[in-house]
Amino acid sequence: MEGIGFEILGALLTTILAFVVGMFFGGLNRKITARTQNRVGPPVYQNFIDLMKLQAKRTNIAHGFMGHVAPIWIIIAATTVLMFIPILHDGLWFRNLTFRGDLIFLLYMMVFGSLGMALGAGQSGNPNSAIGVSRGLSQMVGFEIPFVLALVSLMIQFQTTSIQDLMAYQHETGQWIIFANPFAFLATILSYLGMFRYSPFDIVGAPAELASGPISEFGGKYLGTVMTGGSIFTFVKLVLMVDIFFGGAGNFGTGFWGVVAGLVELVVKTFIVYLIPVFIGLVSPRFRTEQAIRFFWKWPTVFGVIAVLWAVFL
Amino acid sequence: MSNKINTIGIPTEEEIKKAQIDFSPRCTSAGRVNDKETQKMVEYILNFARKHSLFVLAYGTGCGAIEIPATMTSRYDAERFGIRGAATPRQADVLLITGYLSTKTLKRVIRVYEQMQDPKYVIAFGSCTINGGMYFDSYNTIKALDRYLPVDVYIAGCMPRPESVIKGFIKLQELIKDGNAGNGECYRDNLDWYRTNQQKIIKNWDFPDKYNW
Repeated sequence: MEGIGFEILGALLTTILAFVVGMFFGGLNRKITARTQNRVGPPVYQNFIDLMKLQAKRTNIAHGFMGHVAPIWIIIAATTVLMFIPILHDGLWFRNLTFRGDLIFLLYMMVFGSLGMALGAGQSGNPNSAIGVSRGLSQMVGFEIPFVLALVSLMIQFQTTSIQDLMAYQHETGQWIIFANPFAFLATILSYLGMFRYSPFDIVGAPAELASGPISEFGGKYLGTVMTGGSIFTFVKLVLMVDIFFGGAGNFGTGFWGVVAGLVELVVKTFIVYLIPVFIGLVSPRFRTEQAIRFFWKWPTVFGVIAVLWAVFL
Repeated sequence: MSNKINTIGIPTEEEIKKAQIDFSPRCTSAGRVNDKETQKMVEYILNFARKHSLFVLAYGTGCGAIEIPATMTSRYDAERFGIRGAATPRQADVLLITGYLSTKTLKRVIRVYEQMQDPKYVIAFGSCTINGGMYFDSYNTIKALDRYLPVDVYIAGCMPRPESVIKGFIKLQELIKDGNAGNGECYRDNLDWYRTNQQKIIKNWDFPDKYNW
């Protein structure tokens, strides 16, 4: 199980896995929303049909070069982050580039897709896009602070910036970091609410208010590509969460069935984490921009500071 | 349109002949989406996807807009057919003309239709879009929509209930499956005919001469 061919195959498999799981989570989100509203709802594979239809559009309009590049940029950013996050605990399968990346690098890379989207939306010239981009960047200023505080507290507490080491710690001691530093988890999950952009933090896409914001001029295959990148990025965020706080997945050995069991464990854990923003989104109305930023700078930041103090003094 | 208003509602023979000339639909069932000779299997699969994923741009022109929330929400739940609201024309597949169109609104509707991406479909609600309905003698509404835009499905009624709206969507799905829906190309081919009709109605014409569609 060595060699460049094996590495490339692993990277391809990882990307396909992220795509499929992310799309199915999107479909489940729609199904859960529908069942909550006492509807039947679309089938769980609806997002795949939507994507196929969008790619099958006969005409596609792009407003200039960045309009072409921005959707691809999103996919590239999401896939790059995916390559640096360990999918399974043991290092043989889905290894990709996990030994070379750390948390500080991820903090930079995770905003890369949004910046590409901002450039693409800016070139379309649509005022809704411009408002959406300014709102998105404002919101990013909001949730990045508690997110960084939480990650810094973990770096202080465990004297490492490597996700691999954090997973190894949880594997050796048998204690998940959600119990070792609960305030870091609280700050992270609250900033994830902003990162997922579901209600009450859907101020960027706001369908009835901004006509879907940055993507309002993207149609056809461009919209499909944005959807694909978003699905991969959903999976990336969830795997990062599971890796850091829930012990990661795949402690069943390196055999075929061990890997399959590890993947099942990963999907179950990520789905449980995914339900938190989904359920909060179902029962929430929408914040205004300043309310959202005020929220992130209030409780999540307090939790983040407590997490840092917890890491320093306990 | 003639200045003579037939208040009884029974048109004379002259008017019928004139109407048949004026209202001759140029874009019905042209079979343009599905080229039967080539790529039959591919088109079959793609038409399946198009059929089950309809992003709807509900252009709330008239009273029919009030039926859209009922169709989309819990009781009639159109999302189970893959019908979903789209926010902007670029993302949409289906343009809903919900009720009467005033001449002012027509201009916006045409702009919206031309911004949509192929294959695109139009569903017209209610008798107002078919023959003017209760606005048959109004001075500022159009009487027949398919003189200005190619229409795929008409839903009769004043207003159509959500059941008939869903029936209309299912009719559109059948047309898509057979490859008979989607008249964007036909609209472009016959643009002169449509432009002539549109410019008769729209006074302050300031459209761009050429789109890149």
